[in-house]
Amino acid sequence: MKIAVTSTGGSLDALVSEKFGRCQYFLIVDSDTMKFEAVSNLGEQMQNNAGPKAAELIINKGAEVLLSGHVGDKAENTLRKAGIKIVNGFTGNEKVKDALNNYLKTKEN
Amino acid sequence: MTISVASGKGGTGKTTVAASLASVIPQSVYIDCDVEEPNGHLMLQPKFTLEESVNKLLPEIDYNKCDFCGKCIEVCEFNALINLKFEILLFAEMCHSCGACEYFCPQNAITEIPKELGKLRSGITENGIKFYDGLLNIGEATAVPLIRKVKAKIDNEKINIIDSPPGTSCSMVETVKNSDFCLLVTESTPFGLNDLKLAIDVVKNINVPFGVVINKYDETFEEMENYLTENQIEVMLRIPFDRKIAEAYSNGILPVNNSDKIRREFIGLIATIKKKIKSNVTQMTQKKQIFAD
Amino acid sequence: MKQIVILSGKGGTGKTTVSSAFAKLLQDKITIDCDVDAANLYLLLKPQSRNQFEYFGGKKASINPELCTQCGLCESVCRFDALHNYVIDPLSCEGCGFCYRVCPDDAIEFTETKSGNYFECNLIDDSKFYYAKLLPGEGNSGKLVSEIKKSALTNVGENIKWVIVDGPPGIGCPVNASLSGADFVVIVTEPTQSGIHDLKRLIELLKTFSIKCGIVINKYDLNEKQTLQITAYAGKENIPVLGYLPFDKDYIEAIKANKTIVEYSSKAAKDIENIWSKVEFFMDISKN
Repeated sequence: MKIAVTSTGGSLDALVSEKFGRCQYFLIVDSDTMKFEAVSNLGEQMQNNAGPKAAELIINKGAEVLLSGHVGDKAENTLRKAGIKIVNGFTGNEKVKDALNNYLKTKEN
Repeated sequence: MTISVASGKGGTGKTTVAASLASVIPQSVYIDCDVEEPNGHLMLQPKFTLEESVNKLLPEIDYNKCDFCGKCIEVCEFNALINLKFEILLFAEMCHSCGACEYFCPQNAITEIPKELGKLRSGITENGIKFYDGLLNIGEATAVPLIRKVKAKIDNEKINIIDSPPGTSCSMVETVKNSDFCLLVTESTPFGLNDLKLAIDVVKNINVPFGVVINKYDETFEEMENYLTENQIEVMLRIPFDRKIAEAYSNGILPVNNSDKIRREFIGLIATIKKKIKSNVTQMTQKKQIFAD
Repeated sequence: MKQIVILSGKGGTGKTTVSSAFAKLLQDKITIDCDVDAANLYLLLKPQSRNQFEYFGGKKASINPELCTQCGLCESVCRFDALHNYVIDPLSCEGCGFCYRVCPDDAIEFTETKSGNYFECNLIDDSKFYYAKLLPGEGNSGKLVSEIKKSALTNVGENIKWVIVDGPPGIGCPVNASLSGADFVVIVTEPTQSGIHDLKRLIELLKTFSIKCGIVINKYDLNEKQTLQITAYAGKENIPVLGYLPFDKDYIEAIKANKTIVEYSSKAAKDIENIWSKVEFFMDISKN
């Protein structure tokens, strides 16, 4: 399963970004192998519709789940249309890999 | 002849001045371009005779033809389209109706369909003023296309008074450009002065001759007087700060209908503006002749 | 951190007077002036120092006459009346890029253009204050509002409790931009026909955002009948009236002295404090 995480850097040790539309990177992680691709978010510089544009990016990357701090309304609607599961509420104090592990653990239970 | 009434700061009395001018000119045309918050109708009380929809064009996608190539997304500078690969999502409020997506679609899958962006209302007042205003639909972001439609009601045979939106951005420029004269309404406060300077920059930039009306005038505010004298800017009318005027306004009564003195002053004002426009026209033709020589 | 946006619909009802009073009254805050067409708040808050940043509002097209073969295709596709005789009028260009993409001779350049400045300042109490200036006649004020808010709200310290936003007039694009992330909206209105008319349109807009709001009736004693009308309307819409401010020369004198009303008049300061405590109260209720 592909999981997208909003991130402040290009590695699994980077901190989670609480922002969605204007985060610096998306890490697209394959939860089976923990291999990942870091995609820089063009929307960070974008002035119009950054949220939906960011949603478009991770939809086109084939993600099924998104982990982030807060997703705006317009982006949320866009993601829901594409059937992506949104898990909000991660904070900027956790590393991407910890956020991932926490999510996978709660999923198992 | 077209006279626009504008101001950098809101609430200085633009609409009061514009409506007062229109009421002292026989058979004038009043055009309210403040389409976000049109108030002219509250002062002039026209009987509306017609209400038309003003539309903007939005892309509609024919999914029998669309292959989700993403060309439309690439050419949209406003990020109004999102490619979900099984649907092209449109954010209508972002769309500027430029038509690029329709033109560049390789599959000819896009047609533009009209969607209402606001209303254009026409009416007439009891004393024969032709009245037009625009009413932007709530939540709509771009006022300029509606302003263009409202401005198209200018009647070149008559004297047109245009009430501009406040500020100094695109809506104000769209309203004021090509006027024969612009009255800038300000008030005797540092806010009024600051915003007057900004508005003067704009009208100079678009080459519209202008004069200043000071509303809620207070002679003790010297900074404004000094600025105006230093820059040789003519004050065409001073309306004193008066609680009675404010109270009448709160009930939608114009000062020209409340005070003979102010009425006479507005009649004088329109005469001066007419003279100025005439002399501007002669100056322009003279200049052209000098060039031709 | 809570964000309070002050709006009015109609201009000149006293938005900046109320915003500046809140800014003076509160600690642990940042203040943002989002009226980028005609910024006035800095005149009262008197920033001590400022950093200037350039704002690029978007791209604009221009024709390189050396490459142009005058085919006229660009003019035929432009919907903004910006192209005449192979010259682009930058004031009319909306930056859609259609002409640039359609030109068969690659004669059109399409580049980011500067359309304003914004400023990061320190106030006398060491808090941060942001304001902006659009270049005359530029569009895209909504984008500049987003930009200034973005720059103000990144790297906000944890000690910041309040974000005070002085909003633009109207109900268009810049107002929408100023509302992003708002926790509460304070609407400043006046008991005039125009004030009420514009208040209703603004409230319609706020409903579409589902943001809680409250009303301050400024110059309430100018027309008590209309003040009652507003109060009744607010009751019907289930919107609290946060307070009433009088039609009083002190308010103008304060502005003329470049002072906030709370510095100028102790009576007005009390009124504003009362309004603020209601803001806090109704914001908390709205959370539940």
